[in-house]
Amino acid sequence: MIEPMAQTTPKRRPDWAALLVAAGLLALGALVAWDASRLGSGGAYARIGPQTIPYAIAVCLAGLAVWTAIEAALGEFPQREQQDKLPILWIVGGLVVQMALIKFAGFSIATGILFAMTARGFGRVSIPKALLSGFLISAAVWFVFARLLQLTLPAGPIERLMIEGAKLLATAFNPQAGPAA
Amino acid sequence: MDTFALLMQGLSVAAQPINLLYALVGVTLGTAVGVLPGIGPATTVALLLPVTYKLDPAGSLIMFAGIYYGGMYGGSTTSILLNTPGESASIVTALEGNKMAKAGRGGPALATAAIGSFVAGLIATIALAFLAPWVVKFALAFGPREYFALMVLAFVTVSAAFGDSTLRGLVSLFIGLTLGIVGIDLQTGQARMSFGIPDLLDGVEVTTLAVAMFAIGETLFVAAQGKRAPETVEPVRGSLWMNASDWARSWKPWLRGTIIGFPIGAMPAGGAEIGTFFSYAAEKKLSKHPEEFGNGAIEGVAGPEAANNASAAGTLVPLLTLGLPTSATAAIMLAGFQQYGLQPGPLLFTSNPQLVWGLIASLLIANLMLIVLNLPLIGLWVRLLTIPKPWLYAGILLFATLGTIGANPSVFELGMLLVFGLLGYGLRLFHFPIAPVVVGLILGPMAEQQLRRALAISQGDFGVLFTSPISATLLALAALALVVPLVLRIRGRGQLLAQIASDAD
Repeated sequence: MIEPMAQTTPKRRPDWAALLVAAGLLALGALVAWDASRLGSGGAYARIGPQTIPYAIAVCLAGLAVWTAIEAALGEFPQREQQDKLPILWIVGGLVVQMALIKFAGFSIATGILFAMTARGFGRVSIPKALLSGFLISAAVWFVFARLLQLTLPAGPIERLMIEGAKLLATAFNPQAGPAA
Repeated sequence: MDTFALLMQGLSVAAQPINLLYALVGVTLGTAVGVLPGIGPATTVALLLPVTYKLDPAGSLIMFAGIYYGGMYGGSTTSILLNTPGESASIVTALEGNKMAKAGRGGPALATAAIGSFVAGLIATIALAFLAPWVVKFALAFGPREYFALMVLAFVTVSAAFGDSTLRGLVSLFIGLTLGIVGIDLQTGQARMSFGIPDLLDGVEVTTLAVAMFAIGETLFVAAQGKRAPETVEPVRGSLWMNASDWARSWKPWLRGTIIGFPIGAMPAGGAEIGTFFSYAAEKKLSKHPEEFGNGAIEGVAGPEAANNASAAGTLVPLLTLGLPTSATAAIMLAGFQQYGLQPGPLLFTSNPQLVWGLIASLLIANLMLIVLNLPLIGLWVRLLTIPKPWLYAGILLFATLGTIGANPSVFELGMLLVFGLLGYGLRLFHFPIAPVVVGLILGPMAEQQLRRALAISQGDFGVLFTSPISATLLALAALALVVPLVLRIRGRGQLLAQIASDAD
C-alpha cells in the first residue's frame, strides 16, 4: 500500500475539499428534486408515481450532504495523498483528443494518440515510438474487432488502406476474380 | 428431474466444443486480468459485454463466468509475487503469501493457492448446483414487496455494512441510484434527469459506468501517485511442489475456507473479500504454528484463497436464482444476461434450463482448466507482471474505449466515459467505495419497479411492505445491517469493518 503523505493541514480543521463534496451532493439533490418537480404524476389515483423515488433520492442526498459537511467541518475525512497533476492532464488530454478525432480520423489514429499520451503520462517514453506502437496496435485491434467480430468501429485513412490492401491481396491470390491477372 | 440429471444435461451443453472454447478464452482472460494490477474481473466483463453482443448468449455467459473464476485464481499470483493484490479478494493472500515468496517458498504458496482454489471451486460449484433449485422453489413465492425488501437489504450490505464509513458507502450508493433514474420512466413514459438530451433517454449504460469507474478511474489514480511505490516482483525460486508437511497443513484450511466463503458469497453480503478475512482470522486461531503468522504461514494462504473462490461461486446463487447481484462483477454479469433479453431469477430455471445448467456445469470445467493453466504455466503469468506501467495502462485505456466505441460509436458516449472516469478518480481520492455506485445503478431501477408494483397492488398503502413476514424480516435485517455497524464505528470498534472494505470486485 502507499504510505499517506504528510499533509500540511493538521487534523480537526475544516476540510475545504470535503466541504466542496458536500456542496456537490446538495447541488445534485437539488437538481434531482427540480427535475422531478417538472414531471406529471402517474394518474389521479396512483399515489406513487415517477416522482416518488426521485424525491426520496433528493431528500437522502441532501441528508448525506449535511452529514458530509459535518464530518468535513470536524476534519474527520480521511486525509488525501499528494496527487501528481501532470499525468492526469496527459491522460485526460488523450481521451479528449480521441473524442475529437474519432469521427474524422478513424479508430486507429484517434486511439493511437490516446495510447501514446497515456503512456507518456506514466513516464518518460519516447513519443514517436509510443505513437507508432499506438497506431500499429490500434490498427490490429480494429482489424480483429471490426472485420472479424463485426463491431462497428469508425474507419479513417488507416482503416481504408487496410480494406484496400486486403482487397488487393485477395485479387492477387485469386487471379480469376480480378483484372490484376 | 433431479439436480443430478440436470447437471449431467448441463455438462453435455458445456462440453460442446464451441462452449469449451468460450470457457477456455474466459479463464485465460480472467487469469490474465486477475494477475494484472489495476483491472479486475468486473472491468473485464464490462469491457467484453459490447464485444460479445453478437455472440451466442450461452457461450458469452460461460465466458463471463470463466473470467470471474479466473480472476480469483490470477489475483493470488500478484499478491504472492508482487505484494500488490491484483483484485480486492486477494488482499489477505498478500499478507502471508508475499512473506513466503520472500523466503524462497513462492512455489508452494502458489501451489496451495491454486489447489485450494480448485478444491473450493469444485465443492462450491456443486453446492451451487444443489442449493439453486431449492432457492428457486422458495423464490417462486416472492412477490414484488419481497423482492423490494431483498434489494433494500442488498443496498445496505453492499454500501454501508462493511468498509470504513457508513457515510461514504451510502454516498456512493446514492450516486448510483441517482444515475439509475436517468432516462425514460417505464411506467409513464416520461423522461427523467435527461434535460432534453436524446442520448440520455436510454439511461446510463452499466458498461460505460463500470468501465469508466474501474478502468479509467483506476488508471488516473495510479498515474497521479507518480513513482511513489517501487514494486519488485519476487522470482519463483526452488520447487513449485508442496512437500508432505505443506499438504498436511493445507487441506484443512482449504475445506474451512470453502465452508466460510460459500455462505458469505451466497448471502446478499457484498463481495468475495469478506470471507477471506474471516478465513484468515479462523486459521490464525486454529493453527498449530501461530508464531508463523505474519512470517509466511501456509495456512494463511490456503484458507483465504479457498474462501474467495467459494464466495465467487456463492455469489452466483442469488444472481441466478433471484436476479440479485451482490458484487460489482455480479452486477455486470446481470447486465450481460439483460443484453440478451434474459432475466435471471426463478423463471429462468424453467424457461431456459439448458442455459442455466450449461453455465453451472461449465464452471466445473472452467475450474479444471484453471488449475492446469495456473500451475504448469505459472511462468507465463509471472512475465505479465513485468510489463512496464506506461504500456500496461496505455493498453488498458485502448481496450476501455474500444468497448464503449463498439457498443455505441458516438462522441457523447465517449464524453460520458471521460466524465465518469473523472468521477471514479474523485471517489478514489476521497476514499469512497466504487462497487455501490455500480450496484445502485443496476439495482436501483429494478427496486423502484418492484416498489411501484407492490404499492399498485396495495393501492398506495406502504404498510403492505411490513405485513408479509418475509419482507418484514428482510427489511428488519437491512435496518440492523445499517445501524449496528454505525454504532460499532461510533464506539470505536470499527477496525474489523474497516479491514473488510470492499472495492474493485
